[in-house]
Amino acid sequence: MSPRAQVYIIAGLLALMGAGLTIYKNIELGFPLLPGEYRTVWTIEAKVRFTADGGPVKAALTLPREQRNMEVLNESFSSSGYGFNIVSEDDEYRAVWSRRSATGSQSLFYQLDVHQTPGAALEQPLDLSTEVQKPFLGAREQEAVRLAIYSLVDSARERSSDTKTFTTQLLIALGDNRNQDRNLIFGYYKDRSLVDVALLMLSAAEIPAHRIRGLYLEDDRRRLDPEDLLEVYDGERWVVFEPHSGSPGVPKNFFIWQRGGKSLLDVEGGRNSRVTFSVISNDVPAREVAMLSTSREKEALVDFSIYSLPIEQQSIFKLILLVPVGALVVVLLRVFVGIRTSGTFMPVLLAVAFIETRLITGLSIFVLILVLGLWVRFYLSRLNLLLVARIAAVVVTVVILMGAISVVSYKLGIEQALTVTFFPMIILAWTIERMSIVWEEDGPYEVVVQAGGSLLVAVLAWWVMTNRYVEHWTFNFPELLLVLLGLILIVGNYTGFRLGELMRFRQLVR
Amino acid sequence: MRQVSIAQIFGKLRGGFVSPLALRRMGVLGMNARNVNYIARYNDRDKYPVVDDKLSTKRAAARYGIAVPELIAAFDTQPGRRRVMEVIEPLWQFVIKPARGSGGKGILVIAGRNGDKYVKTSGAEVTALDILRHVSNINSGLYSLGGKPDRVMIEALVDFDPVFDNYSFEGVPDIRVIVFRGFPVMAMLRCSTHASDGKANLHQGAVGVGIDLASGKSCHAVQRGLRVSQHPDTQMPFGELVVPGWRDLVRLAASCYEMTGLGYLGCDIVLDRKRGPLLLEANARPGLAIQIANGVGLRKRLQHIESLDLEQLEKNVEERVAYSMNQFAAGRSD
Repeated sequence: MSPRAQVYIIAGLLALMGAGLTIYKNIELGFPLLPGEYRTVWTIEAKVRFTADGGPVKAALTLPREQRNMEVLNESFSSSGYGFNIVSEDDEYRAVWSRRSATGSQSLFYQLDVHQTPGAALEQPLDLSTEVQKPFLGAREQEAVRLAIYSLVDSARERSSDTKTFTTQLLIALGDNRNQDRNLIFGYYKDRSLVDVALLMLSAAEIPAHRIRGLYLEDDRRRLDPEDLLEVYDGERWVVFEPHSGSPGVPKNFFIWQRGGKSLLDVEGGRNSRVTFSVISNDVPAREVAMLSTSREKEALVDFSIYSLPIEQQSIFKLILLVPVGALVVVLLRVFVGIRTSGTFMPVLLAVAFIETRLITGLSIFVLILVLGLWVRFYLSRLNLLLVARIAAVVVTVVILMGAISVVSYKLGIEQALTVTFFPMIILAWTIERMSIVWEEDGPYEVVVQAGGSLLVAVLAWWVMTNRYVEHWTFNFPELLLVLLGLILIVGNYTGFRLGELMRFRQLVR
Repeated sequence: MRQVSIAQIFGKLRGGFVSPLALRRMGVLGMNARNVNYIARYNDRDKYPVVDDKLSTKRAAARYGIAVPELIAAFDTQPGRRRVMEVIEPLWQFVIKPARGSGGKGILVIAGRNGDKYVKTSGAEVTALDILRHVSNINSGLYSLGGKPDRVMIEALVDFDPVFDNYSFEGVPDIRVIVFRGFPVMAMLRCSTHASDGKANLHQGAVGVGIDLASGKSCHAVQRGLRVSQHPDTQMPFGELVVPGWRDLVRLAASCYEMTGLGYLGCDIVLDRKRGPLLLEANARPGLAIQIANGVGLRKRLQHIESLDLEQLEKNVEERVAYSMNQFAAGRSD
């Protein structure tokens, strides 16, 4: 295979791999493609309160199970003075607080941050029994209620074709307060909720059903009681119904806390127990959300990446990852334009320094050091020093110049010039040395051309590297480096003319 | 009329740029194409040292019987003052060169002496101390690629053939021949001018004179990208210029292919009054200015050589020279 074909194949594979990983990270892990994206994170706090009797106390709260549409980013428990444990029990997780003795009003907290993602709310199947216990409605005074229940069930059954439509019809009937049967039932079960009654009637119709406890995620809600949904087994799978509207499916924004009819909170050794919820929404940068959710899942792509480094090193990498972009700019300008620079990749280092110093400050400091350094170098050249010693002398001079610039500008109140330390000293010394040779051999004009070319390239590289999209992509999607590598390989194969050559060879076209 | 004016405005907007298609049609070779299609393809990396180190070039040239300027001394390491003086003391004229210098950098030519001082070709005088410093600079790698420590060569100054005396100002004219797979494909004479400060670099203002491969006569001359008919300092018309012993010179260039093994090669040759053509240095990355000097693109000539079959490529030097002189004669539509 010809080298050229190899280049295209390798470049294509690299680009494909980089793009694939990027897309995966974007779609599956939720890394935002554009900077400045925010996601809504809900902070839900469950507050358990009860009055302790003075003896040993044990409070158990059912915790929400994992859900596909809600990503739990963070959990925390607050329970001063209580022993705390999480136990797994019948497919459920329960937080258990315990204490040898407690008196008076007690408050325990459980807090979690969730992020809503698109996807189905529930994961089927649910391992719950589908047995139905028929309600006992045998007593005499219950005769009327029993008839009302069966009349409602019958009329719902007549107007439906299957379990789903039956449930909907039943819930509509239960919501209709002109319905005599319904009013009779609710008159009898005064202290029961709609879901309680609906469960009773579904069991009368021999349909397996249970309740779902949860919360509607709405901003700035306090002291909420859990809301109930109805889950009905239609013979094949479980279907969720919103009891007031009767429509199937989990409502948007509904956070499922517990499925099944078990108790939400059990307190031993206390009275007046109650659990209330509060919900707050925060807007959090999308990247942070992605990082939190992937760190829980131990995603290899993230776990074995620069994000596992300490923050300080990460910020260094943020800069290092920009260097390839600068290199690409140099390659493009060299291959397609043909700008002469002093030292092939020196402009990239300059551009990195400019990122730290700001452009104008950086440019003026660079020109100042270059001019002063050249001046010193011209004197040094008359001293007949060995090359290494001379460059070392220039390095020392550059350092002294940097110190002087810092001190003088600080005294003058120009704090920005303090960033001078970001300049790569050795590179500057070599640049000065090269420039002085160019000056001697090719004259000052060539020095201006090369220094100007270097600066132009450095400024362009700086401009690209400080672009907020480029910054965002290089740090959040380092995989894109593979794409960049492929691009450089392809550019390295370009055999067309450079822009400068269109001018250089213009006389040949007559 | 209106259309003409629009074309003119467009031309102005475009500045001095020409269309890449037009350049392609002219068979102009660009830098990128040179690097990818010729240097990378025909020049093996392991053969570079022969041309990059001028001492190696000299040694190889001796093996192949190619004439070069006489080597007087070479210093591998930093020589002492006494050692350098020992060598240059008896010399009236000499040249100090870095063995691995690029682009003619670091070459010091001493054309005579004036008491204690040494006189450069430009007439400027330097002291023995300046020369010692120059030697030290070369040794430290100031002029070599990548700043690697380098060797110093002291060569005899070529006794230039006076035929070019009027075509060169304060400097030494040399002839560059591009040799592709052993076939000379293009040649030019580089004449220094006052503007180029005695240097033979075209971008510094030296005149590039295209030389017809068939006859050794000049066919085209360019300074700073503009066509000229006479030398700007000496007013000598280039039209009358003929390189003496042209065939020998071309043969010398062609035989460098066997010596270096490099497929795409630039040979820099000077004419000595008595010894004839001498190989000054060979270059594995010859520049493209030769196209401007000749007013002809290289690409078509290179492609012609590429299209030859194996049997033709195995010709000896003499046959290759004859083929090239015939094939690439000026005025032929190549």
